Amino acid sequence: MTKDNKFDFSRRGLLKASATTGLIASSPAFFMRNAWAEEFVNNPGNASEIKFGFNVPLTGPYAEEGKDELRAFKLAVKHLNGEGDGGMLNTFKPSMLKGNGVLGKKVGFATGDTRTNTDAARSSAKRMIEKEKVLMISGGSSSGVAVAVQSLCQEQGVVFMAGLTHSNDTTGKDKRRYGFRHFFNAYMSGRALGPVLEKAYGNDRNAYHLTSDYTWGWTQEESMKATTEGFGWNTTAAVRTPVGAGDFSQYITPVLESGADVLVLNHYGGDMVNSLTQAVQFGLRDKQVNGKNFEIVVPLFSRLMATGAGDAVKGIYGTTNWNWKLQDDASLAFVKSFGAEYGAPPSMAAHTCYVQTLLYANACEMAGTFYPPEVIKSLEGFKFNGMGNGATEYRAEDHQCFKDVLVVQGNENPSNQFDLLNVVETTPRSQVEYDPKIFGGELGPYKV
Amino acid sequence: MSNMNVGKMNDLTRFLIFAVAILTMPIWMDPFGGNYPDLLQKFAIYGIFAIGFNILFGLTGYLSFGHAAFLGVGSYAAIWSFKLFTMNVIPALFFSVLFAGVLAFIIGQLSLRRTGIYFSILTLAFAQMFYSLAYSVLTPITNGETGLQLAHSDPRMIDSLFFEAGAGLPSTTLFGLKMSGYSGFYFCAVLLIVGFFVSMRIFRSPFGLMLKGIKSNQNRMMYTGLNTKPYMLTAFVISGMYAGLAGSLLAITDPIAGAERMQWTASGEVVLMTILGGVGTLAGPVIGAGLIKYFENIFSAFNDTVLAEIFSFLPEAMVDYAVTIAGLFVGSGWHLTLGLLFVVVVIFLPGGIVEGAGKLVKLVSKREKSTGGSVTQQDQPGE
Repeated sequence: MTKDNKFDFSRRGLLKASATTGLIASSPAFFMRNAWAEEFVNNPGNASEIKFGFNVPLTGPYAEEGKDELRAFKLAVKHLNGEGDGGMLNTFKPSMLKGNGVLGKKVGFATGDTRTNTDAARSSAKRMIEKEKVLMISGGSSSGVAVAVQSLCQEQGVVFMAGLTHSNDTTGKDKRRYGFRHFFNAYMSGRALGPVLEKAYGNDRNAYHLTSDYTWGWTQEESMKATTEGFGWNTTAAVRTPVGAGDFSQYITPVLESGADVLVLNHYGGDMVNSLTQAVQFGLRDKQVNGKNFEIVVPLFSRLMATGAGDAVKGIYGTTNWNWKLQDDASLAFVKSFGAEYGAPPSMAAHTCYVQTLLYANACEMAGTFYPPEVIKSLEGFKFNGMGNGATEYRAEDHQCFKDVLVVQGNENPSNQFDLLNVVETTPRSQVEYDPKIFGGELGPYKV
Repeated sequence: MSNMNVGKMNDLTRFLIFAVAILTMPIWMDPFGGNYPDLLQKFAIYGIFAIGFNILFGLTGYLSFGHAAFLGVGSYAAIWSFKLFTMNVIPALFFSVLFAGVLAFIIGQLSLRRTGIYFSILTLAFAQMFYSLAYSVLTPITNGETGLQLAHSDPRMIDSLFFEAGAGLPSTTLFGLKMSGYSGFYFCAVLLIVGFFVSMRIFRSPFGLMLKGIKSNQNRMMYTGLNTKPYMLTAFVISGMYAGLAGSLLAITDPIAGAERMQWTASGEVVLMTILGGVGTLAGPVIGAGLIKYFENIFSAFNDTVLAEIFSFLPEAMVDYAVTIAGLFVGSGWHLTLGLLFVVVVIFLPGGIVEGAGKLVKLVSKREKSTGGSVTQQDQPGE
């Protein structure tokens, strides 16, 4: 080794090098000084267009839901900009939306793929905030992702309108000031489904739970256990399964040997399609255990999953946030405009995303600004109707929407390929309401 | 061996060009749509990860399929340091590198008993084991699939001595400098440059030479009476510590750690990065890492609206057609593009992109020579 491959560490060399490095390192700061003078993140200022960020799973176990969510978002943007037939813009009350964009600005959007992976979802949300300059992030079909993106949005000061997320934690122990959820949660599912199950299957049953191993599965299992044990059921076992496992046969085989006579599948999306189909193929539903028919329960049910699982869903009980067969004006209007656009009725994931977009837009109109703390204040405690769920309230204490919950059953005689679920009962809001304190958590500050 | 210059550049110019290129990234990435903090941070972090991996794979030829385990351990260690001690990033970096190093020592001890494919399988097995542990068994420590996050109620023992907790979640800092946004990127960039420097010194050192000797013929090395195991283990531990550093930075720039960071796909990704850029070259892994992260973030975000804008110069009837075809390769199909690129590189440029660039430079200089006829140092016979 000779001198010429050593670094030039003489005083002069070092000075020169450090001066250059310093200059280069600071140069972006000169260009971006204006960015820090703004009063809030991604302030549109005088721009004629604003952007929303739609972060949905386009690949992975929840991809079907994600694609349908994206369709709904695009439809919502169209309606906000005054294109198309207006959908639920015409039924939503009290609404300040005029179909001329939001606060006179045209609405645009950016999309991202969460891949139902917290890292990918946060990275894609960050890209939309930092690069696309979105004012609001919405979407997602997993509570793990929702919790992760929600806390990111709180740090960044961007409002998060959660898509499909059913875990108690999203508006419970992991709630955030900048996060809002229109969808119902596992606790409400348990409360609504309980009485129906008791009536249908009696109060002397042994339940076996198969649970998706993440925040949603955990809270759903907890809520189902609490409800069913409340009226006398016994929980034989609760087994956790990895998300996106694909093959559930190894988890289903032990069910029959356990002596349980009800299988509760705390699965969702592709997982539920696989586990339910396999459970039916294994002949679980034809079995007699303890002198009773073996039954399967799917607490969170969606039409998209019912399509995937085919005949296996017939007669199975579950709950949903919304169903396209509802006959109120708002649902009819939404189904009509969604069907005209895409040739299929919307799923409940699509519905909640569409509603969330409209709610955010309306909150900006009500606040008269895009400044997040003001927008948040106008959403908190907001009471509205005409969005397909009847009278609904965004509770200020935990940013959870309260409304009636639908108990559904797989249709035995579907009249067409979309007619897969029948609403068997509408559980009134009062029966599923709870004290926000039971789940703990802190909303955090308005200003970040 | 008096002249250690490789290629046309000496190490000082090489290092300076690298440092300048990394630090000016916000400027030259702008036209490519990559100038936003999150992506720039990812470039720098995965650059570190790949440089570290290359110290093992590039120098010794041992292909580890389990480096994601060190990345994950680094992230978890950093988050726990934020939760328990302080939001300052220095202790987090220290603990991450320490834990990753210790883990690498243990896994290295066991895996390095075998070579070739058996070594790869062993590392893969260990990594999957740690993934499963993080995913389900150690849920109290890792919070499983949901991911480990900071909470308002965390003790933060050192921080709580000095100041009152604010209303919101605190952010990671370097003595008051926030580690998100561009400052986070510059922090990662400086560490990347330091990492590059260390890697360069290792490549040029007698230790590096010994590792290259192991790569070319381990048996011969052993016949000369040399025990290769300590050298291998050192390389493995250093490489693991780099991965721990990268994992720590991931947690520093975005305080969350999920188990999927440790999955085998993440281990495979760093192999791809290194091969794509050029195994055994200094800057290759960084280029490969940047390319893959660029594809993952920018290409995957193209939707039909963006494509329609790109193809808007075409006649009306052609636009839909072009969008449909191109749509297969972007958006959720970005893996397809990456796969094609990878196949092309492996078949035509086994030495990766760096080799491609080298060939290009040679081609140009040959043409110059035929016209100018100047004799460079490279053309002179060796000593």
